[in-house]
Amino acid sequence: MHPVTTVHYLALSAALLLIGTVGVLTRRSIVIILMSIELILNAVNINLVAFSRQAHAVHGQIFAIFVIVDAVAEAAVGLGILIALFRNKETVLADEIDLLKW
Amino acid sequence: MPVNFGATATDLIRFLPEIILTVMGTALMVLDPVLHKRASHAFGHLSIFALLAGIGGAVYAQSNPGTAFGGMLVVDGFATYFRVLVMVVGILTILPSYGFLARQQAETSEYHALLLFSIAGQCMMAAANDLIIVFIGLEISSISSYVLAGYLRDDKRSNEAALKYFLLGSFATAFFLYGVAITYGTVGTVNLTAIRAALSGADAPPVVFITLAAALMFVGLGFKVSAAPFQVWAPDVYQGAPTPVAAFLSAGPKAAAFAVFLRIFLTAFGPIGADWLPLVWMAALLSMTVGNFAALMQTNVKRMLAYSSIAHAGYVLVALTAQSDTGTAAAMFYLAAYAFMNIGAFAVVSHVSGRGERYQNIDDLAGLGRKQPMMAAMLTIFLLSLIGVPLTGGFFGKFYIFKAALESHLVWLAVLGLLNSAVAAYYYLRILVMVYMHEPGEAAGQTEPLTPGFRLALILPALGTLFLGIFPTWVLDCAGKSATLVK
Repeated sequence: MHPVTTVHYLALSAALLLIGTVGVLTRRSIVIILMSIELILNAVNINLVAFSRQAHAVHGQIFAIFVIVDAVAEAAVGLGILIALFRNKETVLADEIDLLKW
Repeated sequence: MPVNFGATATDLIRFLPEIILTVMGTALMVLDPVLHKRASHAFGHLSIFALLAGIGGAVYAQSNPGTAFGGMLVVDGFATYFRVLVMVVGILTILPSYGFLARQQAETSEYHALLLFSIAGQCMMAAANDLIIVFIGLEISSISSYVLAGYLRDDKRSNEAALKYFLLGSFATAFFLYGVAITYGTVGTVNLTAIRAALSGADAPPVVFITLAAALMFVGLGFKVSAAPFQVWAPDVYQGAPTPVAAFLSAGPKAAAFAVFLRIFLTAFGPIGADWLPLVWMAALLSMTVGNFAALMQTNVKRMLAYSSIAHAGYVLVALTAQSDTGTAAAMFYLAAYAFMNIGAFAVVSHVSGRGERYQNIDDLAGLGRKQPMMAAMLTIFLLSLIGVPLTGGFFGKFYIFKAALESHLVWLAVLGLLNSAVAAYYYLRILVMVYMHEPGEAAGQTEPLTPGFRLALILPALGTLFLGIFPTWVLDCAGKSATLVK
């Protein structure tokens, strides 16, 4: 059994960042895009906690708590905006939201 | 190691503007059922009062400068300059909002509360000395702005603007955070002063990781200041958002994001300046060019002002490229001048566009000079300042930025910037031609008469623009003195 080191966590975090970014750029449904953004924020959290453990310091974990709180606030506001849009347009697909363009 | 979380009186005084704004914002929401319908103007009056108190608080905090909350926050000339600037932007946003909200029949306390919260976040960004505070301030400011952009919730365009702003905004924040996490892992701290000390020390961490972190944070902040290639959201959001909100977004969050930009890149990442420099000048050049050339082709005034705001972000990035105190002072001066002229221009558009914001095209401004001579004169001042004509704030803003670029031997960047300003003159003058040399159209005929509050909303930015253009030294001295404190 290999011990789990910081590098393993960084690899996991980089993978999540990649999956999240591809998700934001390619998916049509705005709900999935929101989930992909949450995925990137969690990649950040894994990074922060891994570095915090490596350095035996608590700062990274405190930062991660702030990130979690922020993710919740963002999700609440994001879903609120999406519901307001859905009431007027009856769609949650990114490519059908196209009133504003030149 | 025991950590002391107790806040001393000095800490609280240095945090005064944020405290005043959040308390007043919360109070507005509590007062909503009491004041609603009977005195809906009271919300605006109370917010202006809160902002004036906040400015007082910021100036008072400056009488005893220093760090607060264990180095998380720093009150220095730079912080105070930007705190006062974003609160002035707030006041200038509320003045045209009275008429706007009355026209759309959407006077609520949320609008003003969200505005105050957003400004509190921006004040926090201005005074942040730690990436945690930068992040929290950025998010308080952004999340309130997302909601403000979608404030007219029965308007499809407003919904769409809010959604686009939200999605791209949180995507950019996520990248910024990833950069912060890498910085934390490499340097072991998120305090800006400590990062600078670690990077300039003998056993500095590998520059590859720090440059990667700087690049990721650049993506996040580049989005917030709407610099190319992260500018795609700006035209859609400015066009769809309620006009006073668009004015606010183009001035307040942008100034605060530039404050953070300057502090992070010149304080924390100052020692590795040569490594991140290419990123900044490429973004500067791209923003100026994309902004100005795309603005040439617009028919919607708000969209045109959005592209022009991208170009103006490019000019400020030129000042950052200079990496000098002169450049910092020039950026600070420019952001103040830009706030006045842009909010003024948006205020005119807000009034002309009428109920439901129907008239937003450049053609709709036709004949304004004949129908509304006073408003047309003010619009002329703002547009001339945006072009950069002497005797206006915009002229000295550009002058000092290109001077700073020349002092740092960036001759080619200054030349390309000047050529860009010449392109920009075309689309601003096109509006003036429309205002003065065309017959009044449907929109100008239906414009409502000016209220005293709205006159003030036009006159204050105009006075600000002219003051910065005729007596630039006073503000420039303030900026110059504060700029040396950035390090």
